[in-house]
Amino acid sequence: MSDNPNNWPLWEVFIQSKRGLEHKHVGSLHAADAEMAIENARDVYTRRQEGNSIWVVEAEHIHASRPEDAESLFDPADDKVYRHPTFYTMPEGAKYI
Amino acid sequence: MTEVKDLEALFQAKIDAEQKIEPKDWMPEKYRKNLVRQVSQHAHSEVVGMLPEGNWITRAPNLRRKAILLAKVQDEAGHGLYLYSACETLGVTRESTIDDLLSGKAKYSSIFNYPTLTWADIGAIGWLVDGAAIMNQVMLTRTSYGPYARAMVRICKEESFHQRQGYEIIAVLSKGTPEQKDMAQDALNRWWWPSLMMFGPHDGESAHTAESMKWKIKRESNDELRQKFIDRTVQQAEVIGLKVPDPDLKWNEERGHYDHGEIDWKEFWNVVEGNGPCNHERMKARIAAHENGRWVREAAVAYASKKARKKQAA
Ligand SMILES: [Fe+2]
Ligand SMILES: [Fe+2]
Repeated sequence: MSDNPNNWPLWEVFIQSKRGLEHKHVGSLHAADAEMAIENARDVYTRRQEGNSIWVVEAEHIHASRPEDAESLFDPADDKVYRHPTFYTMPEGAKYI
Repeated sequence: MTEVKDLEALFQAKIDAEQKIEPKDWMPEKYRKNLVRQVSQHAHSEVVGMLPEGNWITRAPNLRRKAILLAKVQDEAGHGLYLYSACETLGVTRESTIDDLLSGKAKYSSIFNYPTLTWADIGAIGWLVDGAAIMNQVMLTRTSYGPYARAMVRICKEESFHQRQGYEIIAVLSKGTPEQKDMAQDALNRWWWPSLMMFGPHDGESAHTAESMKWKIKRESNDELRQKFIDRTVQQAEVIGLKVPDPDLKWNEERGHYDHGEIDWKEFWNVVEGNGPCNHERMKARIAAHENGRWVREAAVAYASKKARKKQAA
């Protein structure tokens, strides 16, 4: 972050492309406030009908996991294949399961 | 503690395994610097690139062409933004990146230091300049740095209309009156060589190629990309009855590629060093835009904080 108070903060932009779908991160931009961030996001990220709804979040409010922690966070899921339906043996001939 | 050497080996292993590098990952300082240079230079090119085309928006020959050109130039502004954002994820502020352009410390693509003298130049820019840029950008969708690759995917989706609208302009002119056809040929004559220069020096002379390839920032060399561009574009020129201005251009059956004449590298370096026809004008325009926009940026901040205070008081 720069010390110049006249610099606009950074916002992360999330676009929902169609009703019923999730909002997806598409990029970021600088804007003086949320309203301007939404207007600019409209101009930059939805020029080809990519958008149905826009979320903007000031980048400094996003907390991210650290790459160094990836192993301890995600490895525990590796040996739990029984969480997937394909793990199970179904009796021959059973239908709709 | 993990040694830098181990970290570097881990980093290279990730790259070799085609895994993307993300902003918070450890990366060698030289990788980061190399990317900051390349991505910011790319961003500046998108932004400065609006100037030669902007020159013709008010003089487009009809409303259809005017709407198209406006949309294209607006896209380029967006491309600049995507790339500035990608650059920022490398830990440099937007402000300092732009300062580097305005102070002349950072470069932008030399192609934009050539003037747009006639309407046919707008066709030639879309066809040749965007065409050459696309070659490079399609490669960069597979670059190793995640935010840069994602920006490139978005950009490439938008680029293809840029090239097609340009080729359409040139194709229409080349089927027009003799004067119009001459205009199209003249534009091709002036833009052909500078477009080939866009790919940069020959592989042997390119300062950053070896490292960029090792780190998969670049995936194809300057000469490879240039060859691909020539092979495709020569055919397109033939279709519309224009002649590529290179007497040495010849199909090489054995190589399966066109052989071409030598590029005037003296001209290339001369323009890079600031002595092209429009270097001065382009920088003057960028600096003026930045200075004239200052009060708008400040007013927006003042307005935003006033609104926030009002909201708090309510
Ligand atoms: Fe672009
Ligand atoms: Fe373009």
